[in-house]
Amino acid sequence: MQEVGKEQEIRDGGTGEIVKVSGPLVIARGLPFPRMYDLVRVGHEQLIGEIIQLRGDLASVQVYEETSGIGPGDPVVSTGGALSVELGPGLLGSVYDGVQRPLDLMRDKVGDFISRGLEMPGLNRERAWEFEPSVRVGDEVMEGDVLGTIQETPVVQHRVMVPPGVAGRVLDVKGGSHTVTETVVVLEKEGGELEMTLMQRWPVRRPRPYKEKKPPRDPLITGQRVLDTFFPVAKGGAACVPGPFGSGKTVIQHQIAKWADADIILFIGCGERGNEMTEVLLEFPELIDPYSGELLMNRTVLIANTSNMPVAAREASVYTGITIAEYYRDMGYKVALQADSTSRWAEALREISGRLEEMPGEEGYPAYLGSRVASFYERAGLAICLGSDRREGSVTVVGSVSPPGGDLSEPVTQATLRVVKVFWGLEDRLAYRRHFPAINWLISYSLYLGRVEEQWRETVSSDFPKLRSEAMALLQREAELEEIVRLIGVEALSAGERMIMEGARSVREDFLQQNAYDPVDTFSSIKKQYLLLKLVMSFYEEGTRALEDGAQLHDIVNHPVRGDIAQAKFISEENLGEFETIQAKTADSMRGLVERAAEEVGEDRGAADIAAENR
Amino acid sequence: MLVKEYLTVREIAGPLLVVEGVEGAKYGELVEVEYPDGAVGLGNVLEVSEDTVLVQSFEETRGLNIGQTRIRFRGRGMELPVSRDIVGRVFDGLGRPIDGGPDIIPDKRIDVNGNPINPIARDYPSDFIQTGVSAIDGLNPLVRGQKLPVFSGSGLPHSRLAAQIARQGQVLAGEEEFSVVFAAMGITYEDADYFTREFTSTAAIERSVLFINLADDPAVERIATPKVALTASEYLAFELGMHVLVILTDMTYYCEALREVSAARKEVPGRRGYPGYLYTDLATIYERAGRIKNVKGSITQIPILTMPEDDKTHPIPDLTGYITEGQIILSRELFRRGIYPPIDALPSLSRLKEKGIGEGKTREDHSNLSNQLFSAYARGKEAKELAVILGEAALSEEDKLFAEFSDKFEELFVTQGEYENRSIEETLALGWELLKILPRHELKRVKREQIEKYMD
Repeated sequence: MQEVGKEQEIRDGGTGEIVKVSGPLVIARGLPFPRMYDLVRVGHEQLIGEIIQLRGDLASVQVYEETSGIGPGDPVVSTGGALSVELGPGLLGSVYDGVQRPLDLMRDKVGDFISRGLEMPGLNRERAWEFEPSVRVGDEVMEGDVLGTIQETPVVQHRVMVPPGVAGRVLDVKGGSHTVTETVVVLEKEGGELEMTLMQRWPVRRPRPYKEKKPPRDPLITGQRVLDTFFPVAKGGAACVPGPFGSGKTVIQHQIAKWADADIILFIGCGERGNEMTEVLLEFPELIDPYSGELLMNRTVLIANTSNMPVAAREASVYTGITIAEYYRDMGYKVALQADSTSRWAEALREISGRLEEMPGEEGYPAYLGSRVASFYERAGLAICLGSDRREGSVTVVGSVSPPGGDLSEPVTQATLRVVKVFWGLEDRLAYRRHFPAINWLISYSLYLGRVEEQWRETVSSDFPKLRSEAMALLQREAELEEIVRLIGVEALSAGERMIMEGARSVREDFLQQNAYDPVDTFSSIKKQYLLLKLVMSFYEEGTRALEDGAQLHDIVNHPVRGDIAQAKFISEENLGEFETIQAKTADSMRGLVERAAEEVGEDRGAADIAAENR
Repeated sequence: MLVKEYLTVREIAGPLLVVEGVEGAKYGELVEVEYPDGAVGLGNVLEVSEDTVLVQSFEETRGLNIGQTRIRFRGRGMELPVSRDIVGRVFDGLGRPIDGGPDIIPDKRIDVNGNPINPIARDYPSDFIQTGVSAIDGLNPLVRGQKLPVFSGSGLPHSRLAAQIARQGQVLAGEEEFSVVFAAMGITYEDADYFTREFTSTAAIERSVLFINLADDPAVERIATPKVALTASEYLAFELGMHVLVILTDMTYYCEALREVSAARKEVPGRRGYPGYLYTDLATIYERAGRIKNVKGSITQIPILTMPEDDKTHPIPDLTGYITEGQIILSRELFRRGIYPPIDALPSLSRLKEKGIGEGKTREDHSNLSNQLFSAYARGKEAKELAVILGEAALSEEDKLFAEFSDKFEELFVTQGEYENRSIEETLALGWELLKILPRHELKRVKREQIEKYMD
């Protein structure tokens, strides 16, 4: 123990010297006891860096800030610890850069442009929190046990937990108002006493421990019809959204962040547009959470590392984000994390790898791209958390991928598809046709469907899964028929086939298309999704039956009731009863058509003849 | 200041010089390279290690030799001297005057690399810029603080379009200081001359700053040009409160220069030989557009790039599209049919348009009308495609009307004169006029009361 202590002492504040600078990569010599992924301070401005390679006496450091003006001979100071985040009350509502520096404080300190070498704690040191203990002196506690709670925001109760690896008997508890650095609980443990504050630190590259993982089962409801009904992601699952530019990845990510029924939302803007982040920053503080009625920011943490911010910090930002997500999972919350875009993260890996002169794999990406991507997505999951109460928490990860030229065979997309269970494939072709969300229903999939459908059967309706698969089959059939139309024209189709085309069109336009900017359409509850799908499918069924019974295709297709169906997506959540009315109206209208057809042609030809023809 | 001079160049390869035995050089530092004949060029430090420094020369390395080349390290990064007097002047790609005028007496010197705008300090772009070009204003409007590139191909009239936008661009709400920063990278003398003459003849030069790197200027110099131009823009916008329109042409040549240096450094290439950091590099240029809360000025960027073989999936347009907020795409097909400006409305996109148009900004019907025009044009194009395969007769009556609409749309709405400056009202009125071709019940994206108000 003593030895380690001495080493620690030297490492803290141990100084080395820069021997080489190449962009974000700096090589230093003479650091005492350097360890992989230790955090160091580089140059006179004390830029933040991380050791990523050791070779003899030389340590390669990736620097999270712009390195101009740094040169050989400048000092490198070891901090002795790994890149860590501060975890405690005050995370929610914050906006951080990739290494957890609060962007608002940064602006207060240095102005509108980001400058270098700023050191800022992730958590506010002055703010006091009302700590309500839930343990008493003499209690035995183990890792993960809840020591007490803090009302962090009106909707989220922060649970102060015993850090992983710690157990003991409570010697002292101090309830009441405390800042994050004040001692609130003293533990007696093997080898002495331990003072615990409201804050803990955790190295971002190490997944936080849990008791066990369980297969995800509950759907994450996003209010987006194509996602929830057709390709649902389960809470604790992982999904990816690849798509070329202009296909609407970011809108989908924003929609999920806004409407998902998660307790905590973590949004990582990783190497994307500054103005997009601004949109989030300006919009989120004004949005109301549909579940709690409170401000959305009260459950949200934003990490903004835009494309022009330093590339190494971009690499770190996804880890910073997921560590915070795991921390709230450990409290027993359901967390949804969005990373937009993981391709920029992979590119940061590629850039650093290139500077290290590593042997490249595909398209210049490092050979370890696949394993890095996999281990990131593996941090998603439904877990039994540490602590004696066996509470359950989950982290759902939705990562967008920006494949160059929209080509899904590129390495990042492929590495991602190997590990995620849900694939929402975006297409610019659909976006050009203004079909939004531009998710291609034929190539997308969800492997959680089976489990989610079991739940739909119980909580929504027993025929929901059936409706879904019928709608899917209809769309599939449409794709086949479209092929024929393209070759020989629409005349080649029989009336029945054209009815299929019309039914599928209705599924696409009246159900799948959803307007993110319309106040009502932007969110559909699962109940509404069911009713809408039922309505759309009933038009197809009733229409087909009417056709078989002799009605004219033209009359069915152009019937005014279709206008009502098209408007049904704008029915608000309070008036879901209206679906019943339109449904009945649809059935009546179709029957009406059959009767009229029978009357019109009854005299000269039997309706049965026409029916036979139609079939 | 004592400047150390080194005669220890050990290696010269392409634009790169390896200098030995250097003390105290810093990454990114500005370097003077003195040629054996006494000429002096500039360069910067790409890599430093204890004993050797890798210098990238912005000038041609022809004439340099080992032994007589003198290298001086300036002790600072590359800086641009600025003052209000830069407006109306012409500079080379590194910011040195080339119009015969006096040197700039600087108010200050600014590091050309700039610092990223803190995302939290950004203000969302929401003021409509009227370019006077219907295909842009009507369908894909430009907004102050936006970066909207023009994707073009070789031989297409992107220069004329850019000059037209620079000439006509204005904000509807009142008088504000407006200026144009023009950065030419690797374009021909003729193109550059076209721009300077355009600017001079219309007196636009009085509110412009030009940075010119021509095709026969050193390729590596153009790596610095956009940074220099954007530094000037940031000064004008965020310190002097002007609204700056930046035209960067041609980004393709910029990327090629970047590739040249990357190849000379023997870096691991990404797609098509372009360096793996091309995205990050482009982002540091494009992201310098924007607005800042409580600051008066703004930077709007129109980068122009010629797509090799008109291929949108080529890394340059592809990565650009991922960073910029939309794109204006020029079509060779329209150009061949003699349509100017040959803007292909369907794949063009302005991501910020919703925030910049509508009641109080342009007009309340703008958004719906543009969606209606868009979808009608799309349908008309589809019908025409079908007619090509199956013959005109295969079209339904309605499809024929849509096909007619799409022809008229290209002839009357997209087409306009190079010096024709249409107000947004004219553009919208033209749109409504064209919709009369179509049956009323097909106009599903505009509201009934709008139809009554603007069509009857």
